[in-house]
Amino acid sequence: MFPRIVYESFRHQSRRKLLAAIAITLGVAVATAMIAVATDIGDKINRELRSYGANLVVTPQEDTLDVEVGGVNLKPPSDGTFLNEADLPKIRGTFWHHNIVGFSPMLPVTVKVGSSASEKDVTLLGTYFKKTLHFGKEDFSTGVTSTNPWWKILPCVDARLPRPDQANDKSTGCHWPSDDSQDVVLGERLAARFDKHAGDMIEVSGRRLKVSGILSTGGAEDDEIVAPISVAQEIIGKPGAVRRLYVSALTKPQDALAVRDPKTMTPEVYDRWYCSPYVESIAYQLQEVIPHSHAEPIRQVAQNEGTVLSRIKGLMLLITFAALFASALAVSAAMATAIFERRVEVGLMKALGAGNVAVSAIFFAEAFLLAVTGGVAGFFAGIVLAHQIGRSIFNSQIEIAPVLFPVIITIAVIVTFAGSAAAIRRAVKFDPVFALRGEG
Amino acid sequence: MGSAGMLHSSKEVAARRAEAARSSPSVSMFGRMLWRAATLRRGRAASALLAMVVAAAVATALINLYVDVQSKLRSEFRNYGANIVIVAKDGQELPPDAPARIHSILGDKAIAVPFSYIVARTQDGRSVAVAGTDLSRARQLNRWWKVSRWPDAPDQALVGMRAATVVTPGRQPFDLSFQGKTIHLTPAGMLQTGAGEDSRIYLDQTTFQNWTGIAASTIEVAANGTTAEIEAAIAQLRKSMPRVEVRPVRQIMEGEANVLNKTRATIYACSALVILTSTLCVLATLIGWVFDRRRDFAIMKALGASERLVTGFFAAEAAALGVVGAIFGFLIGIGAAVWIGRANFHAPVVPRLSVFPYILLGSVAITLIAAVVPIGLLRRVHPANILRGE
Repeated sequence: MFPRIVYESFRHQSRRKLLAAIAITLGVAVATAMIAVATDIGDKINRELRSYGANLVVTPQEDTLDVEVGGVNLKPPSDGTFLNEADLPKIRGTFWHHNIVGFSPMLPVTVKVGSSASEKDVTLLGTYFKKTLHFGKEDFSTGVTSTNPWWKILPCVDARLPRPDQANDKSTGCHWPSDDSQDVVLGERLAARFDKHAGDMIEVSGRRLKVSGILSTGGAEDDEIVAPISVAQEIIGKPGAVRRLYVSALTKPQDALAVRDPKTMTPEVYDRWYCSPYVESIAYQLQEVIPHSHAEPIRQVAQNEGTVLSRIKGLMLLITFAALFASALAVSAAMATAIFERRVEVGLMKALGAGNVAVSAIFFAEAFLLAVTGGVAGFFAGIVLAHQIGRSIFNSQIEIAPVLFPVIITIAVIVTFAGSAAAIRRAVKFDPVFALRGEG
Repeated sequence: MGSAGMLHSSKEVAARRAEAARSSPSVSMFGRMLWRAATLRRGRAASALLAMVVAAAVATALINLYVDVQSKLRSEFRNYGANIVIVAKDGQELPPDAPARIHSILGDKAIAVPFSYIVARTQDGRSVAVAGTDLSRARQLNRWWKVSRWPDAPDQALVGMRAATVVTPGRQPFDLSFQGKTIHLTPAGMLQTGAGEDSRIYLDQTTFQNWTGIAASTIEVAANGTTAEIEAAIAQLRKSMPRVEVRPVRQIMEGEANVLNKTRATIYACSALVILTSTLCVLATLIGWVFDRRRDFAIMKALGASERLVTGFFAAEAAALGVVGAIFGFLIGIGAAVWIGRANFHAPVVPRLSVFPYILLGSVAITLIAAVVPIGLLRRVHPANILRGE
């Protein structure tokens, strides 16, 4: 009898039931999407924060002091010690290599530019643009194009370099030099000073190098020549030399554990620290794989990341609460309306001898069915919604943990029950005589 | 002329009064109906009002946050330091009135910090970069500097971690010489940043200038504002000081724009979703509420009320609900926004009263739609059918 009443109720009142189910679906969809966005936003914004550039710098352990004034380093280029370029691919072997977005070695050298009559001292910065490296069986590419996204090649005025296959901007032809070539890019102020354009040749310490583009960075590099690192190594005659290494890594905001000294930790705490992507523990791991190195967080970037990230996460959490609240309200309003309209039916059931428990059980069974169907439909609609948000805003997928499915369904059932409870109680308490007389 | 006008107007007033007296019973009836509708059957009316209040509150809170969060996040981003750098052209000094000009263009909110750099020699003849700056302002600008102790006397220096290993390995006082002039300094504290600053020694600007005679060559400015505002400020600075170079720090500006745009878009999308859900919820609740009262509608019509009067009655009722809901919702929403601002940004969100008209208009529009749609459907049905309960 009980299943039949429920079944008939769905069959005869399909329009009403559909409306309630739609309300639940909508509420659950918004809740799912919001929970998915809120749990994933940390990771997404963390990636966006990488546009501030590297947050770690690795230097040789016994380095001499940099004497840098106005962007020109007065330290003799062959002075001090170097890192070994051959060690760099080992970064891929660290515990947190998935969190390392990219790295760029730097080797600044001082060169003479121009013909012998008007020679000038200029810094030539050797680096990776988009170098392909091998670690084990894996190939990966890294360089300033990924670590320093604000570095831009200016579009050329005249297309003297028609190489569309490597072009940065297809319509013009200015591009980043290839890492295996002898081509360089000039900082925009330097280019203006020497009146050089893309495609010109430039005399650098007795070598003639081709300018493949003009670089704009808004920083000290605007006054420098940027070249593949092999060119800089050749100039100072030290193959494999790297002065500094900038690493851009996804990190976890600093907390009390992060700043502790690993030497004073117990083994368990040490494991926890080592296996958390703190900027400090990543620095520690970089020091492990690169011999004779000293890795340090770049505080300007590393420190602020945590604050910005926790603010945005906190905000999303609060908006999610607002969304959950609004959807819970939508669901309970829909349920209340649906039940309120069935007082006459309740009156009839009670007149035929049904107890309060039996009547409530029917309503709760209906609410449960609605919550589960609406919840399942809403969950999948929410996944679609979250994907849309992720794709249109972050150009990447927003992952939804499968764990969320039972959680969402449970929440949907609880909210539906809670929303129905008051209305069911009122409907059950209603005197059947009034209901049957139509005096609602 | 004047008296004629008076006469005319007093006549008019009398006519209006008579008309008002004639129509007053119906006005009071209308009012009484509205009042009774709200007080009888309080449960349904209250749940419709509750839905309206929550929707208006959520919308108010989210709109307020959406507007305010951007400026809150921007000031958070200022912790990244300068976004404009003003540099003297090759070998020149900055004009002495540069700080005053910057202040007149950017106002009090921007932090402008002068820097001057030289290369000095230690006693054993090694080179080290020395910078002179306004230390208290540098502290405000570069909050990521990790400093063990800030100098508080003119002969105290802030020594970068790497520079310290060369000039003062045991934290003892040291001498520096520049163009034959020697200065005796005490290290106040160590500076750690992980960047170029670690290799420098920072001095108070007056001490620096008395020693070297060199004025500031660079001013780093942290200006607050949207990208367009910063660009306008840069253009103004360039115009005001044509002989110096004014550069935006692209690393900072682009990073900020990128993160801010993404965050804003996310909040926008989420707010739109939430507001849409609560609007639909209100609409459904209200339509249900009005539909439930089809008997009232039928009785009014059966008693001879015109279609216009009945529609007007329901519309007035709905509008009243919308207004009351909007007012309460607005107040609650402002409270929620202020609380969120405090909890998340540790700074209160300034309530935006300008949002109120939109909330009010939106609420009234939704309630009107919710009233008019069911009336339109009911109008086609004969009152007798409704009263018979069909």
